[in-house]
Amino acid sequence: MKKDEIPQDPSPLDKFTKEVCYAVDETGEYTTALSRGWQVKADALGITWEEAQARTANAREKVKSGEASPILFFMELNMMDLAIVAAYTGFWQWTVKRHLKPDVFKNLSEKKLQKYAEVFDVTVAELKNMNPNGA
Amino acid sequence: MELNFQHIQAAHCENGVTTNLLKHSGFHQITEPLAFGIGAGIFYIHIPFLKISGGPAISFRTMPGQIFTRTCRALGVKIERKTFSSKEKAQQFLDDCLAKGQPAGCQVGVYHLTYFPKEFRFHFNAHNLVVYGKEGDTYMVSDPVMETVTTISAHDLERVRFAKGALAPNGQIYFPKQMKAISEEQIKRAIVKGIKHASWFMTETPVPILGVAGIRFTAGRIKTWRESLGPRRGGLYLAQLVRMGEEIGTGGAGFRFVYAAFLQQAHAFVPKDELLEISKQFTAIGDLWRASSVQASGIYKGRMTEQQDFNVMGDMLLNIADKEKAAFKALYKIKW
Repeated sequence: MKKDEIPQDPSPLDKFTKEVCYAVDETGEYTTALSRGWQVKADALGITWEEAQARTANAREKVKSGEASPILFFMELNMMDLAIVAAYTGFWQWTVKRHLKPDVFKNLSEKKLQKYAEVFDVTVAELKNMNPNGA
Repeated sequence: MELNFQHIQAAHCENGVTTNLLKHSGFHQITEPLAFGIGAGIFYIHIPFLKISGGPAISFRTMPGQIFTRTCRALGVKIERKTFSSKEKAQQFLDDCLAKGQPAGCQVGVYHLTYFPKEFRFHFNAHNLVVYGKEGDTYMVSDPVMETVTTISAHDLERVRFAKGALAPNGQIYFPKQMKAISEEQIKRAIVKGIKHASWFMTETPVPILGVAGIRFTAGRIKTWRESLGPRRGGLYLAQLVRMGEEIGTGGAGFRFVYAAFLQQAHAFVPKDELLEISKQFTAIGDLWRASSVQASGIYKGRMTEQQDFNVMGDMLLNIADKEKAAFKALYKIKW
Protein backbone atom coordinates (compact mmCIF):
# COMPACT_ATOMS: atom_id res chain seq x y z
CA MET A 1 0.00 0.00 0.00
CA LYS A 2 1.29 3.45 -0.90
CA LYS A 3 1.01 6.22 1.62
CA ASP A 4 -1.53 8.16 -0.43
CA GLU A 5 -3.70 5.04 -0.79
CA ILE A 6 -4.37 4.79 2.94
CA PRO A 7 -8.15 4.92 3.22
CA GLN A 8 -9.70 7.90 4.99
CA ASP A 9 -13.35 6.90 5.16
CA PRO A 10 -15.74 8.04 7.87
CA SER A 11 -16.20 5.16 10.31
CA PRO A 12 -17.09 4.36 13.93
CA LEU A 13 -13.39 4.93 14.66
CA ASP A 14 -14.04 8.65 14.36
CA LYS A 15 -15.47 8.60 17.86
CA PHE A 16 -12.21 7.83 19.58
CA THR A 17 -9.02 7.44 17.64
CA LYS A 18 -7.22 7.17 14.35
CA GLU A 19 -5.36 4.07 13.34
CA VAL A 20 -1.68 3.82 12.56
CA CYS A 21 -1.02 2.32 9.13
CA TYR A 22 2.26 1.23 7.61
CA ALA A 23 2.71 2.20 3.98
CA VAL A 24 5.47 3.00 1.51
CA ASP A 25 6.33 6.57 0.52
CA GLU A 26 7.47 7.79 -2.94
CA THR A 27 10.97 6.39 -2.47
CA GLY A 28 9.74 2.93 -1.48
CA GLU A 29 10.65 3.37 2.20
CA TYR A 30 8.15 2.32 4.85
CA THR A 31 6.60 5.01 6.97
CA THR A 32 3.50 5.39 9.13
CA ALA A 33 0.42 7.53 8.74
CA LEU A 34 -2.91 7.82 10.45
CA SER A 35 -6.12 6.51 8.93
CA ARG A 36 -9.62 7.66 9.73
CA GLY A 37 -11.11 4.32 8.80
CA TRP A 38 -11.95 2.08 5.89
CA GLN A 39 -15.43 1.56 4.47
CA VAL A 40 -14.82 -2.17 4.04
CA LYS A 41 -14.13 -2.54 7.76
CA ALA A 42 -16.95 -0.23 8.79
CA ASP A 43 -19.33 -2.41 6.76
CA ALA A 44 -18.03 -5.61 8.36
CA LEU A 45 -18.62 -4.06 11.76
CA GLY A 46 -22.02 -2.74 10.70
CA ILE A 47 -23.35 -6.05 9.47
CA THR A 48 -22.10 -7.79 12.61
CA TRP A 49 -24.01 -5.28 14.72
CA GLU A 50 -27.16 -5.64 12.65
CA GLU A 51 -26.96 -9.36 13.20
CA ALA A 52 -26.48 -8.91 16.95
CA GLN A 53 -29.50 -6.60 17.09
CA ALA A 54 -31.63 -9.02 15.09
CA ARG A 55 -30.68 -11.79 17.49
CA THR A 56 -31.59 -9.61 20.47
CA ALA A 57 -34.96 -8.71 18.97
CA ASN A 58 -35.59 -12.35 18.20
CA ALA A 59 -34.70 -13.29 21.78
CA ARG A 60 -37.07 -10.63 23.13
CA GLU A 61 -39.93 -12.14 21.10
CA LYS A 62 -39.07 -15.61 22.35
CA VAL A 63 -39.15 -14.46 25.96
CA LYS A 64 -42.45 -12.66 25.43
CA SER A 65 -44.03 -15.73 23.89
CA GLY A 66 -42.84 -17.85 26.80
CA GLU A 67 -40.34 -19.92 24.83
CA ALA A 68 -37.31 -18.72 26.76
CA SER A 69 -36.33 -17.00 29.98
CA PRO A 70 -35.04 -13.41 30.10
CA ILE A 71 -31.54 -14.81 30.44
CA LEU A 72 -31.58 -15.52 26.70
CA PHE A 73 -32.44 -11.89 25.99
CA PHE A 74 -29.63 -10.53 28.15
CA MET A 75 -27.23 -13.07 26.78
CA GLU A 76 -27.87 -11.87 23.22
CA LEU A 77 -27.94 -8.24 24.31
CA ASN A 78 -24.45 -8.65 25.75
CA MET A 79 -23.32 -10.64 22.71
CA MET A 80 -22.49 -13.60 24.90
CA ASP A 81 -22.81 -17.28 24.18
CA LEU A 82 -23.36 -20.11 26.64
CA ALA A 83 -19.65 -20.57 27.21
CA ILE A 84 -19.13 -16.92 28.12
CA VAL A 85 -22.19 -16.74 30.41
CA ALA A 86 -21.02 -19.92 32.09
CA ALA A 87 -17.50 -18.53 32.56
CA TYR A 88 -18.75 -15.29 34.10
CA THR A 89 -21.40 -16.83 36.36
CA GLY A 90 -19.44 -19.90 37.35
CA PHE A 91 -22.36 -22.19 36.44
CA TRP A 92 -21.91 -25.16 34.14
CA GLN A 93 -22.95 -24.62 30.55
CA TRP A 94 -25.73 -27.18 30.84
CA THR A 95 -26.97 -25.38 33.96
CA VAL A 96 -27.16 -22.09 32.09
CA LYS A 97 -28.94 -23.86 29.26
CA ARG A 98 -31.47 -25.18 31.78
CA HIS A 99 -31.97 -21.69 33.18
CA LEU A 100 -33.00 -20.57 29.72
CA LYS A 101 -36.26 -22.43 30.22
CA PRO A 102 -38.96 -20.12 31.64
CA ASP A 103 -40.25 -22.78 34.04
CA VAL A 104 -36.85 -23.33 35.56
CA PHE A 105 -36.09 -19.60 35.61
CA LYS A 106 -39.27 -18.91 37.61
CA ASN A 107 -38.02 -21.00 40.50
CA LEU A 108 -34.44 -19.76 40.58
CA SER A 109 -33.15 -18.66 43.98
CA GLU A 110 -32.45 -15.01 44.65
CA LYS A 111 -28.76 -15.82 44.92
CA LYS A 112 -28.59 -17.29 41.45
CA LEU A 113 -30.60 -14.46 39.96
CA GLN A 114 -28.23 -12.02 41.64
CA LYS A 115 -25.30 -13.70 39.90
CA TYR A 116 -26.90 -13.29 36.49
CA ALA A 117 -27.89 -9.72 37.28
CA GLU A 118 -24.29 -8.85 38.15
CA VAL A 119 -22.93 -10.35 34.97
CA PHE A 120 -25.48 -8.48 32.86
CA ASP A 121 -25.04 -5.24 34.82
CA VAL A 122 -28.71 -4.93 35.85
CA THR A 123 -30.78 -5.36 39.01
CA VAL A 124 -32.68 -8.55 39.70
CA ALA A 125 -35.97 -6.75 39.03
CA GLU A 126 -34.69 -5.53 35.67
CA LEU A 127 -33.48 -9.03 34.88
CA LYS A 128 -36.92 -10.49 35.55
CA ASN A 129 -38.73 -7.78 33.58
CA MET A 130 -36.29 -7.96 30.68
CA ASN A 131 -35.62 -4.30 31.18
CA PRO A 132 -32.07 -3.19 30.42
CA ASN A 133 -30.69 0.10 31.75
CA GLY A 134 -33.71 0.51 34.03
CA ALA A 135 -35.61 2.17 31.16
CA MET B 1 1.70 8.87 41.22
CA GLU B 2 2.52 9.02 37.60
CA LEU B 3 5.57 7.47 35.98
CA ASN B 4 7.36 9.23 33.21
CA PHE B 5 6.23 7.03 30.35
CA GLN B 6 6.36 7.82 26.66
CA HIS B 7 3.26 6.75 24.76
CA ILE B 8 3.79 5.90 21.11
CA GLN B 9 0.83 4.76 19.05
CA ALA B 10 1.16 1.45 17.21
CA ALA B 11 -0.69 -0.52 14.56
CA HIS B 12 -0.94 -3.60 16.75
CA CYS B 13 -1.47 -3.49 20.50
CA GLU B 14 1.08 -6.04 21.64
CA ASN B 15 3.79 -4.63 19.36
CA GLY B 16 3.07 -1.25 20.87
CA VAL B 17 3.22 -2.47 24.46
CA THR B 18 6.46 -4.33 23.78
CA THR B 19 8.05 -1.37 22.02
CA ASN B 20 6.98 1.17 24.62
CA LEU B 21 8.05 -0.97 27.59
CA LEU B 22 11.46 -1.76 26.08
CA LYS B 23 11.97 1.90 25.21
CA HIS B 24 11.09 2.83 28.75
CA SER B 25 13.70 0.38 30.02
CA GLY B 26 16.33 2.10 27.93
CA PHE B 27 16.43 0.16 24.66
CA HIS B 28 15.95 3.06 22.28
CA GLN B 29 16.56 1.31 18.98
CA ILE B 30 13.39 -0.76 19.21
CA THR B 31 10.57 0.11 16.82
CA GLU B 32 7.20 -1.48 16.27
CA PRO B 33 8.27 -3.39 13.14
CA LEU B 34 11.39 -4.70 14.88
CA ALA B 35 9.37 -5.90 17.87
CA PHE B 36 6.88 -7.56 15.54
CA GLY B 37 9.54 -9.26 13.44
CA ILE B 38 11.79 -10.37 16.28
CA GLY B 39 8.75 -11.57 18.19
CA ALA B 40 7.62 -13.48 15.08
CA GLY B 41 4.12 -12.07 15.41
CA ILE B 42 2.90 -13.24 12.04
CA PHE B 43 0.49 -16.11 12.48
CA TYR B 44 -2.52 -17.87 11.03
CA ILE B 45 -4.84 -20.54 12.28
CA HIS B 46 -8.30 -21.71 11.26
CA ILE B 47 -9.70 -24.16 13.78
CA PRO B 48 -12.39 -26.33 12.22
CA PHE B 49 -15.53 -27.29 14.20
CA LEU B 50 -14.98 -24.47 16.68
CA LYS B 51 -17.13 -21.33 16.43
CA ILE B 52 -16.31 -17.91 17.80
CA SER B 53 -19.27 -15.54 18.20
CA GLY B 54 -21.20 -17.68 15.77
CA GLY B 55 -18.56 -17.49 13.04
CA PRO B 56 -15.43 -19.33 11.96
CA ALA B 57 -12.59 -19.55 14.47
CA ILE B 58 -9.82 -17.79 12.59
CA SER B 59 -6.92 -15.99 14.20
CA PHE B 60 -4.18 -13.88 12.69
CA ARG B 61 -2.46 -13.51 16.05
CA THR B 62 -0.41 -15.67 18.36
CA MET B 63 -1.32 -16.21 21.97
CA PRO B 64 -1.34 -12.92 23.88
CA GLY B 65 2.02 -12.25 25.50
CA GLN B 66 3.96 -14.25 22.90
CA ILE B 67 5.37 -11.33 20.92
CA PHE B 68 6.58 -9.67 24.10
CA THR B 69 8.10 -12.86 25.47
CA ARG B 70 9.82 -13.84 22.25
CA THR B 71 11.20 -10.39 21.55
CA CYS B 72 12.64 -10.07 25.04
CA ARG B 73 14.04 -13.58 25.05
CA ALA B 74 15.74 -13.10 21.69
CA LEU B 75 17.30 -9.87 22.94
CA GLY B 76 18.45 -11.46 26.17
CA VAL B 77 16.13 -9.39 28.35
CA LYS B 78 14.84 -11.06 31.52
CA ILE B 79 11.10 -10.69 31.92
CA GLU B 80 8.46 -10.99 34.58
CA ARG B 81 5.17 -12.50 33.44
CA LYS B 82 2.42 -13.54 35.80
CA THR B 83 -1.21 -14.53 35.90
CA PHE B 84 -3.42 -14.53 38.95
CA SER B 85 -6.40 -16.34 40.35
CA SER B 86 -7.04 -13.68 42.98
CA LYS B 87 -8.23 -10.26 41.83
CA GLU B 88 -6.91 -8.59 44.99
CA LYS B 89 -3.44 -10.03 44.51
CA ALA B 90 -3.46 -9.00 40.87
CA GLN B 91 -4.21 -5.41 41.82
CA GLN B 92 -1.69 -5.46 44.67
CA PHE B 93 1.01 -6.70 42.32
CA LEU B 94 0.23 -3.97 39.81
CA ASP B 95 0.30 -1.31 42.55
CA ASP B 96 3.64 -2.62 43.81
CA CYS B 97 5.06 -2.43 40.29
CA LEU B 98 3.98 1.17 39.94
CA ALA B 99 5.37 2.01 43.38
CA LYS B 100 8.71 0.61 42.26
CA GLY B 101 8.54 2.78 39.17
CA GLN B 102 7.85 -0.04 36.73
CA PRO B 103 5.08 0.46 34.14
CA ALA B 104 3.38 -2.85 33.45
CA GLY B 105 1.88 -4.47 30.36
CA CYS B 106 -1.54 -6.00 30.94
CA GLN B 107 -3.64 -8.35 28.87
CA VAL B 108 -7.28 -7.27 28.91
CA GLY B 109 -10.66 -8.06 27.40
CA VAL B 110 -12.19 -5.25 25.37
CA TYR B 111 -15.84 -5.85 26.24
CA HIS B 112 -15.77 -3.73 29.40
CA LEU B 113 -13.07 -1.34 28.26
CA THR B 114 -14.86 1.90 29.02
CA TYR B 115 -12.89 4.22 26.75
CA PHE B 116 -13.68 2.13 23.65
CA PRO B 117 -16.90 3.13 21.89
CA LYS B 118 -19.68 0.57 22.02
CA GLU B 119 -19.19 -0.52 18.41
CA PHE B 120 -15.79 -2.02 19.15
CA ARG B 121 -16.64 -3.80 22.37
CA PHE B 122 -16.80 -7.49 21.62
CA HIS B 123 -15.83 -10.39 23.84
CA PHE B 124 -12.27 -10.31 22.63
CA ASN B 125 -9.67 -10.99 25.27
CA ALA B 126 -6.35 -10.52 23.52
CA HIS B 127 -5.93 -6.78 23.85
CA ASN B 128 -2.85 -5.30 25.52
CA LEU B 129 -2.12 -2.01 27.24
CA VAL B 130 0.37 -0.45 29.64
CA VAL B 131 -0.57 0.88 33.06
CA TYR B 132 1.87 3.61 34.02
CA GLY B 133 0.35 5.46 36.95
CA LYS B 134 -2.33 5.65 39.60
CA GLU B 135 -4.12 8.63 41.05
CA GLY B 136 -6.56 7.79 43.82
CA ASP B 137 -8.84 5.21 42.31
CA THR B 138 -7.93 5.86 38.70
CA TYR B 139 -5.23 4.16 36.69
CA MET B 140 -3.34 5.87 33.91
CA VAL B 141 -3.28 3.81 30.79
CA SER B 142 -1.25 3.89 27.61
CA ASP B 143 -3.28 1.92 25.07
CA PRO B 144 -1.15 1.56 21.93
CA VAL B 145 -4.08 1.78 19.51
CA MET B 146 -5.10 5.16 20.93
CA GLU B 147 -3.60 8.43 19.81
CA THR B 148 -3.13 9.65 23.37
CA VAL B 149 -3.00 8.22 26.88
CA THR B 150 -6.20 7.65 28.80
CA THR B 151 -7.48 6.57 32.21
CA ILE B 152 -9.60 3.79 33.65
CA SER B 153 -11.13 3.28 37.10
CA ALA B 154 -9.78 0.56 39.38
CA HIS B 155 -13.10 -1.27 39.18
CA ASP B 156 -13.15 -1.26 35.39
CA LEU B 157 -9.51 -2.28 35.16
CA GLU B 158 -10.17 -5.25 37.38
CA ARG B 159 -13.09 -6.18 35.18
CA VAL B 160 -11.11 -6.14 31.93
CA ARG B 161 -8.12 -7.90 33.48
CA PHE B 162 -10.43 -10.67 34.61
CA ALA B 163 -12.63 -10.86 31.54
CA LYS B 164 -13.88 -14.37 30.86
CA GLY B 165 -14.24 -16.52 27.78
CA ALA B 166 -11.71 -17.68 25.18
CA LEU B 167 -8.12 -16.62 25.98
CA ALA B 168 -9.19 -15.21 29.36
CA PRO B 169 -6.41 -12.91 30.57
CA ASN B 170 -6.51 -14.04 34.24
CA GLY B 171 -4.92 -10.73 35.14
CA GLN B 172 -1.85 -11.40 33.02
CA ILE B 173 0.84 -8.81 33.65
CA TYR B 174 4.30 -8.55 32.13
CA PHE B 175 7.33 -6.27 31.92
CA PRO B 176 11.08 -6.41 31.33
CA LYS B 177 12.71 -7.24 34.66
CA GLN B 178 16.37 -6.80 34.03
CA MET B 179 17.86 -4.65 31.40
CA LYS B 180 21.41 -4.84 30.14
CA ALA B 181 22.84 -2.85 27.30
CA ILE B 182 21.91 -4.59 24.05
CA SER B 183 24.69 -4.85 21.49
CA GLU B 184 24.33 -4.48 17.75
CA GLU B 185 25.39 -8.12 17.43
CA GLN B 186 22.56 -9.21 19.72
CA ILE B 187 19.99 -7.31 17.67
CA LYS B 188 21.30 -9.00 14.53
CA ARG B 189 20.97 -12.42 16.06
CA ALA B 190 17.49 -11.63 17.37
CA ILE B 191 16.37 -10.51 13.91
CA VAL B 192 17.64 -13.70 12.30
CA LYS B 193 15.96 -15.76 14.99
CA GLY B 194 12.65 -13.96 14.49
CA ILE B 195 12.74 -14.42 10.71
CA LYS B 196 13.62 -18.08 11.05
CA HIS B 197 10.80 -18.66 13.48
CA ALA B 198 8.13 -16.87 11.44
CA SER B 199 9.13 -18.42 8.12
CA TRP B 200 9.35 -21.85 9.71
CA PHE B 201 5.93 -21.46 11.27
CA MET B 202 4.19 -20.19 8.16
CA THR B 203 5.57 -22.79 5.74
CA GLU B 204 7.04 -25.77 7.57
CA THR B 205 4.53 -26.70 10.27
CA PRO B 206 2.99 -30.00 9.19
CA VAL B 207 -0.52 -29.09 10.32
CA PRO B 208 -2.99 -28.21 7.57
CA ILE B 209 -4.76 -25.50 9.58
CA LEU B 210 -1.66 -23.49 10.51
CA GLY B 211 0.23 -20.85 8.58
CA VAL B 212 0.01 -20.83 4.80
CA ALA B 213 -1.76 -24.19 4.81
CA GLY B 214 -4.35 -22.68 7.13
CA ILE B 215 -5.04 -19.90 4.61
CA ARG B 216 -5.55 -22.55 1.93
CA PHE B 217 -7.88 -24.39 4.29
CA THR B 218 -9.96 -21.23 4.80
CA ALA B 219 -10.03 -20.69 1.03
CA GLY B 220 -11.50 -24.16 0.56
CA ARG B 221 -14.11 -23.61 3.26
CA ILE B 222 -15.21 -20.26 1.83
CA LYS B 223 -16.21 -21.95 -1.40
CA THR B 224 -18.62 -24.18 0.53
CA TRP B 225 -20.16 -21.42 2.67
CA ARG B 226 -22.82 -20.32 0.23
CA GLU B 227 -24.04 -23.87 -0.22
CA SER B 228 -23.98 -24.79 3.47
CA LEU B 229 -24.98 -21.49 5.09
CA GLY B 230 -26.76 -19.47 2.44
CA PRO B 231 -25.55 -16.12 1.09
CA ARG B 232 -26.44 -14.11 4.18
CA ARG B 233 -24.77 -16.25 6.83
CA GLY B 234 -21.93 -16.90 4.42
CA GLY B 235 -21.53 -13.15 4.21
CA LEU B 236 -21.51 -12.87 8.00
CA TYR B 237 -18.73 -15.46 8.13
CA LEU B 238 -16.74 -13.40 5.63
CA ALA B 239 -17.39 -10.27 7.71
CA GLN B 240 -15.89 -12.12 10.66
CA LEU B 241 -12.83 -12.99 8.56
CA VAL B 242 -12.40 -9.34 7.62
CA ARG B 243 -12.93 -8.19 11.19
CA MET B 244 -10.36 -10.64 12.51
CA GLY B 245 -7.93 -9.55 9.84
CA GLU B 246 -8.36 -5.82 9.65
CA GLU B 247 -10.11 -4.55 12.76
CA ILE B 248 -8.32 -2.49 15.41
CA GLY B 249 -4.90 -3.95 16.03
CA THR B 250 -5.03 -5.55 12.58
CA GLY B 251 -3.80 -9.00 11.49
CA GLY B 252 -4.21 -9.53 7.75
CA ALA B 253 -3.00 -6.87 5.35
CA GLY B 254 -1.82 -4.66 8.22
CA PHE B 255 0.51 -7.35 9.54
CA ARG B 256 2.00 -7.89 6.07
CA PHE B 257 2.83 -4.21 5.79
CA VAL B 258 4.38 -4.17 9.26
CA TYR B 259 6.37 -7.26 8.31
CA ALA B 260 7.54 -5.62 5.09
CA ALA B 261 8.61 -2.60 7.16
CA PHE B 262 10.43 -4.97 9.52
CA LEU B 263 12.39 -6.53 6.65
CA GLN B 264 13.44 -3.07 5.51
CA GLN B 265 14.58 -2.10 8.99
CA ALA B 266 16.26 -5.49 9.44
CA HIS B 267 18.36 -4.73 6.36
CA ALA B 268 19.99 -1.87 8.25
CA PHE B 269 21.28 -4.39 10.80
CA VAL B 270 21.78 -7.43 8.59
CA PRO B 271 22.73 -6.21 5.10
CA LYS B 272 21.29 -9.05 3.03
CA ASP B 273 19.80 -7.69 -0.15
CA GLU B 274 17.26 -10.50 -0.30
CA LEU B 275 15.49 -8.81 2.60
CA LEU B 276 14.64 -5.74 0.55
CA GLU B 277 13.41 -7.88 -2.32
CA ILE B 278 11.21 -10.00 -0.06
CA SER B 279 9.97 -6.86 1.68
CA LYS B 280 8.53 -5.77 -1.67
CA GLN B 281 6.84 -9.15 -2.02
CA PHE B 282 5.16 -8.66 1.35
CA THR B 283 3.93 -5.23 0.36
CA ALA B 284 2.31 -6.84 -2.68
CA ILE B 285 0.83 -9.61 -0.53
CA GLY B 286 -0.63 -7.01 1.84
CA ASP B 287 -2.31 -5.37 -1.14
CA LEU B 288 -3.76 -8.74 -2.12
CA TRP B 289 -5.20 -9.14 1.38
CA ARG B 290 -6.81 -5.75 1.02
CA ALA B 291 -8.27 -6.69 -2.35
CA SER B 292 -9.70 -9.87 -0.83
CA SER B 293 -11.36 -7.81 1.90
CA VAL B 294 -12.96 -5.62 -0.77
CA GLN B 295 -14.27 -8.75 -2.50
CA ALA B 296 -15.60 -10.04 0.84
CA SER B 297 -17.34 -6.72 1.53
CA GLY B 298 -19.14 -7.00 -1.81
CA ILE B 299 -20.58 -10.27 -0.56
CA TYR B 300 -21.54 -9.23 2.95
CA LYS B 301 -23.01 -5.98 1.71
CA GLY B 302 -25.30 -8.10 -0.43
CA ARG B 303 -24.10 -6.70 -3.76
CA MET B 304 -22.75 -10.09 -4.81
CA THR B 305 -24.51 -13.26 -3.79
CA GLU B 306 -23.64 -15.89 -6.39
CA GLN B 307 -21.56 -19.01 -5.86
CA GLN B 308 -19.18 -17.51 -8.40
CA ASP B 309 -18.43 -14.64 -5.99
CA PHE B 310 -17.57 -17.01 -3.16
CA ASN B 311 -15.34 -18.94 -5.57
CA VAL B 312 -13.52 -15.77 -6.53
CA MET B 313 -13.02 -14.99 -2.84
CA GLY B 314 -11.61 -18.47 -2.21
CA ASP B 315 -9.30 -18.22 -5.21
CA MET B 316 -8.01 -14.87 -4.00
CA LEU B 317 -6.99 -16.48 -0.72
CA LEU B 318 -5.37 -19.39 -2.59
CA ASN B 319 -3.37 -16.88 -4.59
CA ILE B 320 -2.34 -15.14 -1.36
CA ALA B 321 -1.31 -18.49 0.13
CA ASP B 322 0.88 -19.24 -2.90
CA LYS B 323 2.56 -15.85 -2.78
CA GLU B 324 3.14 -16.06 0.97
CA LYS B 325 4.54 -19.52 0.66
CA ALA B 326 7.07 -18.29 -1.90
CA ALA B 327 8.02 -15.27 0.20
CA PHE B 328 8.43 -17.16 3.47
CA LYS B 329 10.30 -19.98 1.74
CA ALA B 330 12.72 -17.43 0.35
CA LEU B 331 13.22 -16.08 3.88
CA TYR B 332 13.63 -19.55 5.27
CA LYS B 333 16.33 -20.35 2.76
CA ILE B 334 18.50 -17.29 3.31
CA LYS B 335 22.01 -18.34 4.36
CA TRP B 336 22.89 -16.05 7.27
